[in-house]
Amino acid sequence: MAGIWVFAETVDGAPAPVVLELLTKARSLGEVTAVALGPGASKSADALGKYGARKIYVHEDPAFRDILATPAVELLARLIEKDKPDLVLFGMTYDGRDVASRLSARLSTALIANASDVVSKNGGWAIVTPVFGGSLLVTTVPRAKAPTLVLIRPKAVAAEPAASASAPQVETLTDPVESGKPVARVLRREKEKASGPKLEDAAIIVSGGRGLGAPENFKMLDELAAELGAAVGASRAVVDAGWKPYSFQIGQTGKTVKPTVYIAIGISGAMQHTVGMKGAKTIIAINKDPEAPIFKLADLGIVGDVHTIVPQLIQEVRSRKGK
Amino acid sequence: MNVLVCVKQIPDPNVPGKLDPQSKRLVREGVDAVLDPGDEHAVEAALQLVESSGGEATIISMGPPRAMEAIRRALAMGGHRGILITDPGLENSDALSTARAITAAIKGQTYDLIICGTESTDGSSGAVPAQLAELLGLPLLSFAKKLEVADGKARIDRQTDDGYDVVEAPLPAIVTVTGGINEARYPALRGIMQAKNKEVKQMGLQDMGLDGKAGKAALTEEVVEIKPAEARKAGEVVEDKGEGAKRVADFLKELKVI
Repeated sequence: MAGIWVFAETVDGAPAPVVLELLTKARSLGEVTAVALGPGASKSADALGKYGARKIYVHEDPAFRDILATPAVELLARLIEKDKPDLVLFGMTYDGRDVASRLSARLSTALIANASDVVSKNGGWAIVTPVFGGSLLVTTVPRAKAPTLVLIRPKAVAAEPAASASAPQVETLTDPVESGKPVARVLRREKEKASGPKLEDAAIIVSGGRGLGAPENFKMLDELAAELGAAVGASRAVVDAGWKPYSFQIGQTGKTVKPTVYIAIGISGAMQHTVGMKGAKTIIAINKDPEAPIFKLADLGIVGDVHTIVPQLIQEVRSRKGK
Repeated sequence: MNVLVCVKQIPDPNVPGKLDPQSKRLVREGVDAVLDPGDEHAVEAALQLVESSGGEATIISMGPPRAMEAIRRALAMGGHRGILITDPGLENSDALSTARAITAAIKGQTYDLIICGTESTDGSSGAVPAQLAELLGLPLLSFAKKLEVADGKARIDRQTDDGYDVVEAPLPAIVTVTGGINEARYPALRGIMQAKNKEVKQMGLQDMGLDGKAGKAALTEEVVEIKPAEARKAGEVVEDKGEGAKRVADFLKELKVI
């Protein structure tokens, strides 16, 4: 049976949401081993087992938390050399990308980024990657020695617990993980405050783009979002322009979201953006340009001035809620 | 302080991209090629550093001969010299081959910093900077939205899902910058004129000693199929004549959102 590994990023001992998605995919492909690193990682063992990990390597060295990528690469390279897995899955996250990319250079293996699916094909792997805003699907096969490293986009797979899960075998490692080479060290962590639900978890998202005209116009989106119990998102254009912090960005270089309802306001629908939101169940778009590509995705599109429509919409929502 | 900036020439991102179903490659004919807008921020970051502390910014790119235009653009912004890696054998290279080629092209030269965009706008894998860091044995400061260099160290604000981390590494180091880090300058006419006379060294596989070790000869992966994704079914698009907001609210009610 193929050996499938999952790089199990954890946050305070809980697996990151993408890890459960990776495990769900991994267990359909072979026998799953998870690698959980950093202080508190052992606490994730139960959850990892529930989603299909049969074996878990745990290493709780603080270096995994405090130093970017390199300690994880040292350990993974060592473990891969010993166990020779066929496939290693990573989430397409900040750390996942750094670790997988460095590891591919270390091992001279294939690295496929931005993937939405992996299937077993002719005794090997076929990896599906959406391109051009998800309008085309590219299938890539590895041509290098195992393991194949794949970075899977968050929310590409729906996480489901395994039907029958036995307690996983946990192997705790303590060997040194610092190579002595110069490293990038985290000095401190800053959180930017956001009100309302988290973008990744929100059922409704109100998202704004360049068409809002000015940063202060985001206030009406905040207002609309508050009425709907929605989270507020933004396109890359407005994040690059400094109107909103990066944590609001939805798209290729930002978050991937799959809400029930996505309301795009003043967003043209560049591919960079749509790849992160086209999985929404229902899309509503308001934009003054009738040619805006977002209208090709929208279930309901309104061509008009966002500055007139959004305040009216807030009133409409309020009056309907009042009834 | 000497800085190397890695840039890429890409098809104009404002023109919807197309893939040739036969060759399974991007259709480049008839599409303008531009310096990746993400890389302009990397060039800007490098220029700000050398302007304040002295030294030179070298621009490196790999691509077909016309990628020279992207290098010239970066030189017009203020870069000092360029390196163009170009070789028919490098066509369609994967990220690892690109990283190997850059590593080979700068062999023997020392840079305090190597700055890249976080990822190319067309390929978006974002693998090359980290692979380069691994091959060169350097620390990588990735996803920087702020960069400061002092006392032989580089310090960045690294984007995270809910804020940022302050991360530090000793020089030499590699930094990837996001679009939010700065406002990239527009080349002035004088810069454009000067760029024409700046030195750009061209290197091929043989010059770099990479025959058979990069590009076509060393592909780690191959595209085997391209097909259209299942399209969302087209919805209704209506012009707002005063009823637009009401339509949206009705729809939200229908969806049981309100």
